[in-house]
Amino acid sequence: MRELAEVRLMQGNEACVQAALDAGVRFFGGYPITPSTEIAEGMAEKLPALGGKFIQMEDEIASIASIIGASLAGVKSMTATSGPGFSLMQENLGYACMTEVPCVIVNVQRGGPSTGRPTAPAQGDVMQARWGTHGDHPAIVLSPWSAQETYTLTVKAVNLSERFRTPVILLMDEVVAHLREGVRMPDPRQLKLIERPRPQGGRENYRPFGGALDEVPAVADFGMGYRCNVTGLVHDDVGHPSGSPQVTNDLIRRLSGKVEAHRDEIIDYELTQTGDADMVIFAYGSTARTSLRALKLARAQGLKVGMIRPTTLWPFPEKAIEEVAERGIPILVPEMNLGQLVLEVERIAKGRSLVQPLSRVDGELFNPDEILEAVKELKPVKSRKSSKKEGI
Amino acid sequence: MSFDVMDYFRQETLPHIWCPGCGNGIILRDFAVALERLNYPRDEVVIVSGIGCSSRAAGYLNFDTVHTTHGRALPFATGIKLANPNLKVFVIMGDGDSSAIGGNHLIHAARRNIDLTAIIFNNNIYGMTGGQFSPLTPRDKKATTAPYGMIEQSFDICRLAEGAGATYVGRATTYHNQLLTQLIIDGAQNPGFSLIEAVTHCPTSYGRRNGMASPSDMVRWQKDNAVWIDKVRAGKAEVKDGQFTIGLLHRHEAPEFTQAYMEVIKRARGQE
Amino acid sequence: MIQIETNKTPKCELEIKKQWCKGCNLCVAACPRSVLALDLLGKIKVVEAEKCIACGLCESTCPDFAIRVIKNA
Ligand SMILES: Cc1ncc(C[n+]2csc(CCOP(=O)(O)OP(=O)(O)O)c2C)c(N)n1
Ligand code: SF4
Ligand code: SF4
Repeated sequence: MRELAEVRLMQGNEACVQAALDAGVRFFGGYPITPSTEIAEGMAEKLPALGGKFIQMEDEIASIASIIGASLAGVKSMTATSGPGFSLMQENLGYACMTEVPCVIVNVQRGGPSTGRPTAPAQGDVMQARWGTHGDHPAIVLSPWSAQETYTLTVKAVNLSERFRTPVILLMDEVVAHLREGVRMPDPRQLKLIERPRPQGGRENYRPFGGALDEVPAVADFGMGYRCNVTGLVHDDVGHPSGSPQVTNDLIRRLSGKVEAHRDEIIDYELTQTGDADMVIFAYGSTARTSLRALKLARAQGLKVGMIRPTTLWPFPEKAIEEVAERGIPILVPEMNLGQLVLEVERIAKGRSLVQPLSRVDGELFNPDEILEAVKELKPVKSRKSSKKEGI
Repeated sequence: MSFDVMDYFRQETLPHIWCPGCGNGIILRDFAVALERLNYPRDEVVIVSGIGCSSRAAGYLNFDTVHTTHGRALPFATGIKLANPNLKVFVIMGDGDSSAIGGNHLIHAARRNIDLTAIIFNNNIYGMTGGQFSPLTPRDKKATTAPYGMIEQSFDICRLAEGAGATYVGRATTYHNQLLTQLIIDGAQNPGFSLIEAVTHCPTSYGRRNGMASPSDMVRWQKDNAVWIDKVRAGKAEVKDGQFTIGLLHRHEAPEFTQAYMEVIKRARGQE
Repeated sequence: MIQIETNKTPKCELEIKKQWCKGCNLCVAACPRSVLALDLLGKIKVVEAEKCIACGLCESTCPDFAIRVIKNA
């Protein structure tokens, strides 16, 4: 265990490992895949000295299964992968949602679909991270833009998964994963860590899947004597399979409800010079790094550009868009995909702001100039009232 | 037999969902008897299952139980066992669950020799989905997806497990109750990966289509076609076409995975 | 509530949970002394209690846990 605050030069992937260990992750099951492999390698090296366990599984389906199993035994668990592996994980990701098992899945995005561009940055998995597994389900997805933020968001991911008893996805991209920069790490003893709610009372009143719409029920570790049934079938509050419409409705609504009701606790975004802005860039991950550069160039040219940088992609930071859309300011959404999160921005803007996507899918980063050019082409929409009339 | 197996069940979940005459209940009962004899502290027992008729078995038992996803019970169990090696972990799977969709996990759990006890409910068919063939459906037998007869070669799951590194492998049938119970007990006590194939009968999705109309016909078939391995080894019996051996089929010693990992922990801590 | 029907035989008590019986006939076929039969509704019943030798085969054959053989002390 580290014992002091320190600053170290490290890659995003290395920062992820250190943060996970500091946050109490003691089980990692994974399968090698570029550009995430350094996370598995770091875990294999560092976990055992802490009494933790590392296992290289036979594939990614088994990897996520193993971490769900370990978490059921009460151990904070994590896996890391990239697109192809993330696709394989989808069924069991839904299982973790349904059975309310805390765990963290890191997806270092690569260019897709399929094997795509293993070493090229991309942001094409944003919608998959939200909707990849079948059925209605909650999703918490965080996306860092630097090695430093990889550290803080990894800790946050572990905490949120415990807090809400749900899988949390850390969506990185290849640039953030491999970029080497200084990372300031706090004394791990000063970190605020969250443990899943565990039952206090006796076995008779144990309801690991019960509670109100916004409630996260307490759960016992296997071996604690609560003898619970865990199933991916629709189940009642004690875990028995159920075909009741009422039970089904209550469960499916609560699974999402427990996350939705606490959006404010989960969602985080950073605003840069949005106060006086008359146009805004909405960007995340390494695209936000280039966007910040473009913002500075624009400001130097006297253009009042601001930036919204969400670190929580799901639940979507609706308030951040709401504030800008109310003012009718145009929003540029650069993404290394053909336009994914921009659809959410449009949904919230409801036509009050012009929402302009900017895509790159060639496996290369944006350059600041192309974002600057796109910003310059933005034209503010007419006032809110007139745009409403147009709609009639 | 004076103890009540019901002591091991979540009685509020019974009667179970299985069809009249389905062999799964018989295996489940034999398993409960084995647990009684093993006498483990009950809160240290975990039962993991996949998806299928057979995998519903876990939910009826009064332990920590996990009904996972189709084919994936073993990697879930691997995580549980490695995270807390004190737990006694049993894994219940169907023949399709363990050998088709979960075949890769089966060979790797066996290769690692992780201390899990896998019980395969082999009814030679996909029961839950209504009678499609599985990798354990014998050649020429009929299934809804092999209406003209099975043309693929079938697995011998015991030999598969043995070849992959399992350190304890046995087979019994629902007719050979006492053997089945004993194999489960011995398999649980084997420090490593144990696989017990329980040959069972699915009257609904297999028997009807293959000339065995009633459950008792199917049990009779088991009785007539199971050949004790001891007799074969002693040269007193031979295995004819379509027959299969029962008994303790294989056993060897090898390092167990979670124990080996303890050594890794020591090395990483510089204690060795 | 599950009703338990108790049948005294010379060597044991046969406890039967009729509600759980699915009428598969396995116990009837397994019994070496023809103690058991299915009734008109296809549920298990004890027909010749005095022949029972308390071998326990019906109990271990029933997939539905509907029979329990409690041997006399
Ligand atoms: C990923 C996935 N594919 C397919 C299914 C559908 N399915 C449910 S059970 C089953 C087969 C069960 O057969 P087996 O494992 O032999 O068990 P049995 O029902 O015969 O006990 C299948 C294909 C599923 N649940 N999940
Ligand atoms: S379909 Fe076959 S395996 Fe499934 S419950 Fe019925 S008899 Fe048993
Ligand atoms: S074996 Fe059980 S379920 Fe079948 S007929 Fe007998 S009592 Fe009924």
